[in-house]
Amino acid sequence: MIEVRHIKKGFGDKIVINDVSAVMDDGKCNLIIGASGSGKTVFMKCLVGLFRPDSGSILYDGEDFTNMDAAGKKEIRKKIGMLFQGSALFDSLTVEKNIQFPLDMFTNWTLAEKRKRVDEVLDRVELRDANKKFPAEISGGMKKRVGIARAIVLNPKYLFCDEPNSGLDPQTSLVIDKLIKELTQEFNITTVINTHDMNSVMEIGDKIIYMYKGDKEWEGNNKEIIFSKNQRLNEFIFASDFLRDAKDMRMLEQTGKIDNDRNMEDLVR
Amino acid sequence: MKFIQEFGRYILMLRDMFSKPENRKVYWKEFMHQCNDIGIGSLGIVVIISVFMGAVSTLQTAYQLVSPLIPKSSIAQIVRDTVLLEFAPTLVCIVLAGVVGSKIASELGNMRVSEQIDALEIMGINTKTYLVLPKIVAALVVIPMLVVISAGLGIWGGRLAGQAANILSTTDFDKGLLNAFLPYNVFFAMVKAYVFSFIISSVPAFYGYYVQGGALEIGRASTKSVVVSCVLILFADYVLAAILL
Repeated sequence: MIEVRHIKKGFGDKIVINDVSAVMDDGKCNLIIGASGSGKTVFMKCLVGLFRPDSGSILYDGEDFTNMDAAGKKEIRKKIGMLFQGSALFDSLTVEKNIQFPLDMFTNWTLAEKRKRVDEVLDRVELRDANKKFPAEISGGMKKRVGIARAIVLNPKYLFCDEPNSGLDPQTSLVIDKLIKELTQEFNITTVINTHDMNSVMEIGDKIIYMYKGDKEWEGNNKEIIFSKNQRLNEFIFASDFLRDAKDMRMLEQTGKIDNDRNMEDLVR
Repeated sequence: MKFIQEFGRYILMLRDMFSKPENRKVYWKEFMHQCNDIGIGSLGIVVIISVFMGAVSTLQTAYQLVSPLIPKSSIAQIVRDTVLLEFAPTLVCIVLAGVVGSKIASELGNMRVSEQIDALEIMGINTKTYLVLPKIVAALVVIPMLVVISAGLGIWGGRLAGQAANILSTTDFDKGLLNAFLPYNVFFAMVKAYVFSFIISSVPAFYGYYVQGGALEIGRASTKSVVVSCVLILFADYVLAAILL
């Protein structure tokens, strides 16, 4: 569990995160959503220690990460896996070597053991055939899956995903969402996802934190978000007519007014 | 003010790169990789420059030494000292500042912009130790070697040009080479090589590591690193000459 207590972060005179507190639950997909400039990326960077908050604290399973010494932070970071928006794969290494890198750095395993583990995670993200390719030779969706494989190769306790669906087609986005959700449940990982993708919000949002101009504006889950009366949240998340219609349908489904196993062919007719 | 800030960050970067490696094998591999990149990768250009530099030195020295009172072997003596004292360490290092420096700055800049450095940080790796230190140590190991090779090839190029242009025989050249040779000049050349190696590797590493923005900024950082390295090399060249000669 990750607990955030009253963190504040600013750059110069501009306050980017303003007294935000939250709890990220184990075995759940904790989503941070918000418009561009709302502070969600800075919030995530504070969580993983790339930025130091101006005040407040971040606790990893009760341990104060913010005020830890370098050695303590290093130990916590060994339990963290992160998928970056642009995947952040090492250009000069093959897919296989990218995934093997954390094993080379942090384990004393034999080469055979490392290869076995790399093959396991490659199988898990369904990328066994791409192991000898370089990042420049694979698609955006494949890069994300390699990024996930690298993030989970050391069996992390915490998984952070920054915009995992950016630049991906809807179908690939679904595959990535499904994979993240499965991994979270399978290994009881505390997953924190920064996203703009409304589909992710509705499909995998076990816990959703909506940020607005540096403040935590709303907190709930993917069922509660449908019925939320928060105007800013509704304007952000159900921005188009299509999404508003989808919301109405989901509300009807959840209140039992229509069958969620509705036969689309009947509706079309 | 900006200069003081940048200098402070540069010193902090150098201080922070000294930490215990997470895995010595991986760091050793990275060090060897950098030795190969900097050393073998620059060998071709160093060979070409050195041979022509020595050859041109012989021809131009012979052109200026027209007096029949000065023995022809003096040409070799002048070429030897010029190559050792200035051409091999300074000229080669200025070229290397362009070749190696731009590569280091753009490599680190690209890693910063594409979040690869952040990825390493989050894994718990000290990125200054893993990315900057092996480059500086590799440069300190291989660039002096390149300077030694350059000096040898420069003198050889001069010998070859002297013979080919019928200016002086190889026997005269060899005689001149041994005449009034000061081993201190080799020491001076090596001191310069080590100082310049440090500049060539650490300055571009600084500009690349702290790059902010995108492709345009990587290009700017790369250019700036080469310009600053060259200016620092010339400045250090003067200071070392003033102190050590």
